Amino acid sequence: MIDIHPMVIFFAAIFTNNMILSNFLGMCSFIAVSNEIKTSLSLGQAVTFVLTFTTLLNYLVYHYIMVPLGIEYLRYIVFIIVIAAFVQLVEMIIDRYFQTLYYALGIFLPLITVNCAILGVSLFMVIRQYSLLQSLAFGVGSGLGWTLAIVMLAGIRQRIKKNPLPKGLEGPGITLIITGLMALAFVGFSGMVQIQ
Amino acid sequence: MTVILTQVVVISGISGILALLLSIANRTIGDYGEKKMTINDEKEYIIDAGDSLLATLVSEEIFIPSACGGKGSCGYCKVHVSEGGGQFLPTEAGYVNPEEQAEGVRLSCQLKVKEDIKIEIPEELFNVKQYDYQVTKLDTVTPKIKHLRLELPKDKEINFKPGQYIQILTPTYKGSDEEVYRAYSIASSPADNKAVELFIGYVPEGVCTTYIHQHLKLNDQLTVVGPFGDFYYQHNDREMVMVAVGTGMAPIMSILKYMQEQKIERKVTFYFGARSGEDLYMMDILKDMEKKMPNFELKCCLSRPKDEDEWDEDTGRVTDLIETYVLDASDKEAYLCGSPKVIDSVVDKLRAKGMPEEHIYYDKFE
Repeated sequence: MIDIHPMVIFFAAIFTNNMILSNFLGMCSFIAVSNEIKTSLSLGQAVTFVLTFTTLLNYLVYHYIMVPLGIEYLRYIVFIIVIAAFVQLVEMIIDRYFQTLYYALGIFLPLITVNCAILGVSLFMVIRQYSLLQSLAFGVGSGLGWTLAIVMLAGIRQRIKKNPLPKGLEGPGITLIITGLMALAFVGFSGMVQIQ
Repeated sequence: MTVILTQVVVISGISGILALLLSIANRTIGDYGEKKMTINDEKEYIIDAGDSLLATLVSEEIFIPSACGGKGSCGYCKVHVSEGGGQFLPTEAGYVNPEEQAEGVRLSCQLKVKEDIKIEIPEELFNVKQYDYQVTKLDTVTPKIKHLRLELPKDKEINFKPGQYIQILTPTYKGSDEEVYRAYSIASSPADNKAVELFIGYVPEGVCTTYIHQHLKLNDQLTVVGPFGDFYYQHNDREMVMVAVGTGMAPIMSILKYMQEQKIERKVTFYFGARSGEDLYMMDILKDMEKKMPNFELKCCLSRPKDEDEWDEDTGRVTDLIETYVLDASDKEAYLCGSPKVIDSVVDKLRAKGMPEEHIYYDKFE
């Protein structure tokens, strides 16, 4: 265990160790679903939800099943299976019982199953030897950080929608450049907290 | 050894438990029971709810056009839902505009059937069926065009209007790893309802045409769905102007065969354009029709005749034929088929000669 206060990890996951802007994880849906603030906010919420619970689940699976059996090196495959099963189960449940939530979040869930940010958080949690509370803070924080990044990007993209762009830069091209600039801006936070 | 075994057992155990959990969930939470689907207020189906509307329709053997196979990326599978469709989904917004949305148009591959549902689809789609056809003819009629005959399974038949098209599901082959649907007009007569004939041109790097020209063999099976399309023979007495280039002859051929069989004696002239003599095909059949149908006339032109063609008829493009032979188009109707470029220029020409826009029917091959 390392001795960092969970709140520090929480804020670091949002600002200095942002999943997208400093680790470049979860880029595919980040680029694809950032056309509108409203949809990107829904996707961000879905990611935060899934991140929180899969981190928790994977923590339990890792420490209570895999470590005692000495099969830590199989964590990649186990984490992926756990994440996929969890997302599918959640989708089924909210599709059946929480209709409004389904229309807001549910349809994005399949998109997130294969999001590398989710797997990334579970793996970082293991590599950095977080405790349960730290992992939880890291999961929630990473989700919020991801949401913050995608909503900001969507805001910028909405603003530049009508601006004339060179043909080759339209769509993903300019989006990646914007992401790069945002990442540079986030470097400014690096004096605040550090967890690596 | 035991170490490896335990690990395999543990991983399988975890996956197994999760799979069990999911299948239980699928049986309980995911089971929406039997619901009723009403189509066009007349046909009723009892369906297993829980699937997408598109999948549900396919399971009832109702095939609506869909090019992407339910990924929500082509926008062809639009259906009018009057009741029980649930809320409009963000994934549909890219293909259904606000006016359509207000009328109840939905993307059937995205919408999940969870309650009794009422939908409206065009009547002709009930005719649309998907079967595995057998290739019984695969002739090369010009250096770039193949003439195919596909026969239906024994107890099935296809009912189409002359001029309509079918879609071929191109299987994966070396160099193409995605199954795609491609549309081809039917060249045979509707009376010949146990088979369809097609003219398929070779397009460099075309997924389906490459398959047909280079991989398909006689007696192979080919999955075909259809018929589709709103380009077909119109019943009236106007004189007909038909224009085609290349494989665009297919739907025209079907219409002509239909007219010959039904003994329809409207005046009809077919203007066909090709590059040189080797690109002319089906000429014996057309010449034979000319003899048997008193009011049918065929006019071909070559844009680049070769010396060995000994061509003494018209040269130039089909638009030149229209210019020369169609004097007053105001009381005629036109059936055009071929590349968008050719069709656009022919439409301009016919409009200039007084043909009303609503009497010009065309099928653009893209």
